[in-house]
Amino acid sequence: MRYLPLEPADRQAMLASIGVPEIDALFDAVPPGKLMKELPNLPRAKGELEVERELMRLAARSVPAGSAPFFIGAGAYRHHVPAAVDHLIQRSEFLTSYTPYQPEISQGTLQVLFEFQTQVAMLTGMEVANASMYDGSTACGEAVLMAHRITRRRKALLAGGLHPHYRSVVETLAHWGGSSVVSLEPDPAGTEDIAARIDADTSCVVVQYPSFYGTIRDLKPIADAAHAKGALLVAVVTEAVALGMLKPPGEMGADIVAAEGQSIGNGLNFGGPYVGLFATREKFVRQMPGRLAGETLDAEGRRGYVLTLSTREQHIRREKATSNICTNSGLCALAFTIHMTLLGEAGLRRLARINHVNAMALADQLAKVRGVEVVTPAYFNEFTIRVAADAQNTIDALAKKGVMGGVPVSRLEPGRSGVRDLIVVAATEINTDEDRAAYVEALQEVL
Amino acid sequence: MAMNTQGRPTTPGASMLDGEVRTFTGNRGLDHEEPLIFERGSLEKTGVDLPEPKAVKPRLGGLERTGAIGLPGLTEPEAMRHYVRLSRKNYAIDSGLYPLGSCTMKHNPRLNEKMARVPGFGDVHPLQPQQTVQGAIALMQMLSGYLLELTGMKAVALSPKAGAHGELCGMIAIKAAHEAAGSKRSVVLVPESAHGTNPATAAFMGYGVRSIPAREDGTVAVEVVRAALGPDVAAIMLTNPNTCGLFEPEVVAIAKAVHEAGAYFYCDGANFNAIVGKVRPGDLGVDAMHINLHKTFSTPHGGGGPGSGPVVFSEALARFAPVPFGIRDGERFRLVEDIGEAERRGLKPFGRLTAFHGQMGMFVRALTYMLSHGADGMRQASEDAVLSANYVRAGLRDLFTQPFGDQPCMHEVLFDDRFLQDTGVTTLDFAKAMIDEGYHPMTVYFPLVVHGAMLIEPTESESKDSLDLFIATLRHLAEAARRGDVERFKQAPRLAPRRRLDETRAAREPKLRWQPDPARRQAAE
Amino acid sequence: MALERFTEDHEYIRVDGDIAAVGITHHAQEQLGDVVFVEVPEVGRTVKQKEATAVVESVKAASEIYAPVSGVVVEINADLAANPALVNEDAEGKAWFFKLRVADKSELDGLMDRAAYEEFVKRS
Repeated sequence: MRYLPLEPADRQAMLASIGVPEIDALFDAVPPGKLMKELPNLPRAKGELEVERELMRLAARSVPAGSAPFFIGAGAYRHHVPAAVDHLIQRSEFLTSYTPYQPEISQGTLQVLFEFQTQVAMLTGMEVANASMYDGSTACGEAVLMAHRITRRRKALLAGGLHPHYRSVVETLAHWGGSSVVSLEPDPAGTEDIAARIDADTSCVVVQYPSFYGTIRDLKPIADAAHAKGALLVAVVTEAVALGMLKPPGEMGADIVAAEGQSIGNGLNFGGPYVGLFATREKFVRQMPGRLAGETLDAEGRRGYVLTLSTREQHIRREKATSNICTNSGLCALAFTIHMTLLGEAGLRRLARINHVNAMALADQLAKVRGVEVVTPAYFNEFTIRVAADAQNTIDALAKKGVMGGVPVSRLEPGRSGVRDLIVVAATEINTDEDRAAYVEALQEVL
Repeated sequence: MAMNTQGRPTTPGASMLDGEVRTFTGNRGLDHEEPLIFERGSLEKTGVDLPEPKAVKPRLGGLERTGAIGLPGLTEPEAMRHYVRLSRKNYAIDSGLYPLGSCTMKHNPRLNEKMARVPGFGDVHPLQPQQTVQGAIALMQMLSGYLLELTGMKAVALSPKAGAHGELCGMIAIKAAHEAAGSKRSVVLVPESAHGTNPATAAFMGYGVRSIPAREDGTVAVEVVRAALGPDVAAIMLTNPNTCGLFEPEVVAIAKAVHEAGAYFYCDGANFNAIVGKVRPGDLGVDAMHINLHKTFSTPHGGGGPGSGPVVFSEALARFAPVPFGIRDGERFRLVEDIGEAERRGLKPFGRLTAFHGQMGMFVRALTYMLSHGADGMRQASEDAVLSANYVRAGLRDLFTQPFGDQPCMHEVLFDDRFLQDTGVTTLDFAKAMIDEGYHPMTVYFPLVVHGAMLIEPTESESKDSLDLFIATLRHLAEAARRGDVERFKQAPRLAPRRRLDETRAAREPKLRWQPDPARRQAAE
Repeated sequence: MALERFTEDHEYIRVDGDIAAVGITHHAQEQLGDVVFVEVPEVGRTVKQKEATAVVESVKAASEIYAPVSGVVVEINADLAANPALVNEDAEGKAWFFKLRVADKSELDGLMDRAAYEEFVKRS
């Protein structure tokens, strides 16, 4: 077995040194009859070539996003990732290291996290950010729990533009953790009156920006209304590239920003691993979940970095921890920060403009198709269309024609009336004029 | 006040300030001082060439960003150098033995990485029409099949993002099962030696934690569990093999007692890697267990994630597993994403834990590992992991002290700090001296129940020569400590990119991000 | 002359008339190591005996400080928030955490005097 360095002779010598006759003597504590002799139902070891062959056969049964005109977003976006990113994250020293618990030999990871935290804070317009969370949806769930801790209230108000999966995650955590949630009806156009629903028990208002439907609305009035009632504003962002062009939530009064960072540096990967971004105000830092890298000095007075404020975490506080989270998303955070460094401010802003311009071009073209209406008034790179047909059938028919036309809202909101004809459509820098033309042509044929 | 502390100094002593080598640049040979990107890049510079889009009036609802963001950019050669230099300040499995107990730093095969990047797995969107992602769903189903076969359990939830997330998944399923049965229970039993995530998870769910002491030999006695059980107990959270590296000999009797009391058995599967192919948790009476794909099945730790924590369930809990889950629908595979649909199938999912379907990238890597090893290789890997840990134990048992006596361990061996008594050297000093010898330290001060704990997990990835040198090094250090050669320990590490770092300073005045200039920061405060 | 009592959780209470200052013992701060953060209660809060009332954090541990007796918080030590190191420098002097108006002096009877506490520390 190519991954196991011990030879049979080594094993014999080691057993002798331990003083046992055979390996199973070391498994003596296993209750009688529970030690298995073999695993009869699984195949035996294979060489690289055979494994590759077997998995490639499976992979061939999927249609890669890159092989079709592709307009799917809804929380995960296909962007071009520079080759240098994937090369660097595969450096052994990044890929095969553990959480930096021994800072003297982990300065690489720690400095990267410090830089990442700074970039995330800048991008969101907040004061501090942590070293990442599992993904955007779990970051959103943790943001709500954090708001409960800060306000000592137990009710979250979720805007109708929140990604349905995110809403579901928050509802699950609330149901089993003993708090309550008020979820507003789907709100494609961003016209609901959230402020009117905030009351004295509300700990936070959770608003996605741009919304699941692509809609952009000013968070400032919502923040003001929340603050007036002693509640916090949690801003959720699923398309981080949007913040290259949009006013950041921090400038509009957000108290916590929970975002999905996949867009920058990370591939689609069928849903994971992704990277949750989490930022807040300095005064709330001790209520923030997750790991934090901080600057300090070493014994020779040289600048260095350590994990800090770790007493908030489960390995010390145990049942009093701010969250049960242990692992973050280090390697995906690394990919995010490398891509962001390669882009820089100038690159990010230009990337955002390309996305926006491509989305406008697509929206204009789709609006001309008979039976299509664009329902999103203001948007970044994603918008919602209403089609004169069942959205799910339309998307399936488009797929048969080789076009990935978006996400039917009914897939995420099954059984809900009023959304069966809605499709969320995303356009990024990967889309060409030909892609858009192919979409328009296919849609004309389908509708 | 409740104290939960160990004698670990957190500021470097003054005596550490000798023996420096000064260079003009601050660099030390291959080890370069590297500034922050904020001190190096500029807002204008970029390493990504993009065409300038045509200027059109934006449709952002008047919410354009106005001021500068402040993000510096680097060209590609500058970025490469920045990150490569930083990478060299990290210890890694690929560069040396990484004996972190309970973390399982085994070799990460590169075929795993290659397969995860195949477009049919890596370049598919989670919300593509399901008929266009059949290969991806099939892979998830295949992985599920392997996990069920290896654990002897009945159902699996793949979506949890890491071990602690898996724990939450398993414990919610348990709460859901009690709720469905109309039984109100308020307490979870957790051994004192448990991972900190266990009580944190129980507390989040609103359960009180009843602590279970270990007996003299470091394991849990069924009588103690029986005494703690009652109609108020919802579950026991037991790690097996436990955090002291020992297989719980009474685990079957414990499971039986727990079930008789109407409670469930949650097994923390962090140490499953010791028994893969040897013992099936399902045969022991486990009701739910998370599996750390990043420990047991070799997906990379990546400097702290991403992890992946699928949970396997017994028959009793299977129907409460969260959405999504895969099913076979004739020739096709399908993901059931909707709770309503699952309920129409007679199931009772407790909800959803994450957007989309879980850590697909980790699923591909773990399955690649399983296919590569096969049944025989996975069994051999477990045996080699256990053999190597016991070999380290045998090599150190005369010099080091074991808290529970000299008995066979599983995949990791635990020592305490009694062998350092009166030497003036602490566990932390000892760990830091290992850094100078070119090793990553073992896990220290965990489990908390053992004073000055040192938990060593060599894994199956080391050759005998590598283990021999490791043992010889630890013996050398132990002898040096006993000889009174204290300075080398107090000064350590001297040869790492940094000397000991001032954690007190970092925590008293947290500096969690770069700031443009100190004057502005002060003004802001 | 103030009356001084100690708890098994390493708090001290120094009673002067109806008012009592509460802090952690010199021994406790030694065990904690460098204190990096202190959280004190709001003035006016009513606390029961053994109720978690303040928090002290070192680099390696976060610990609750329990009220040794029931009462109302009448004063907090504002210096501690700005300078948590004071706990290490003068735990039983300047680094008191909060002052209580004692509700029931009989609760003091269950606590240890200095000699008993020192014996307790030696034993544990």
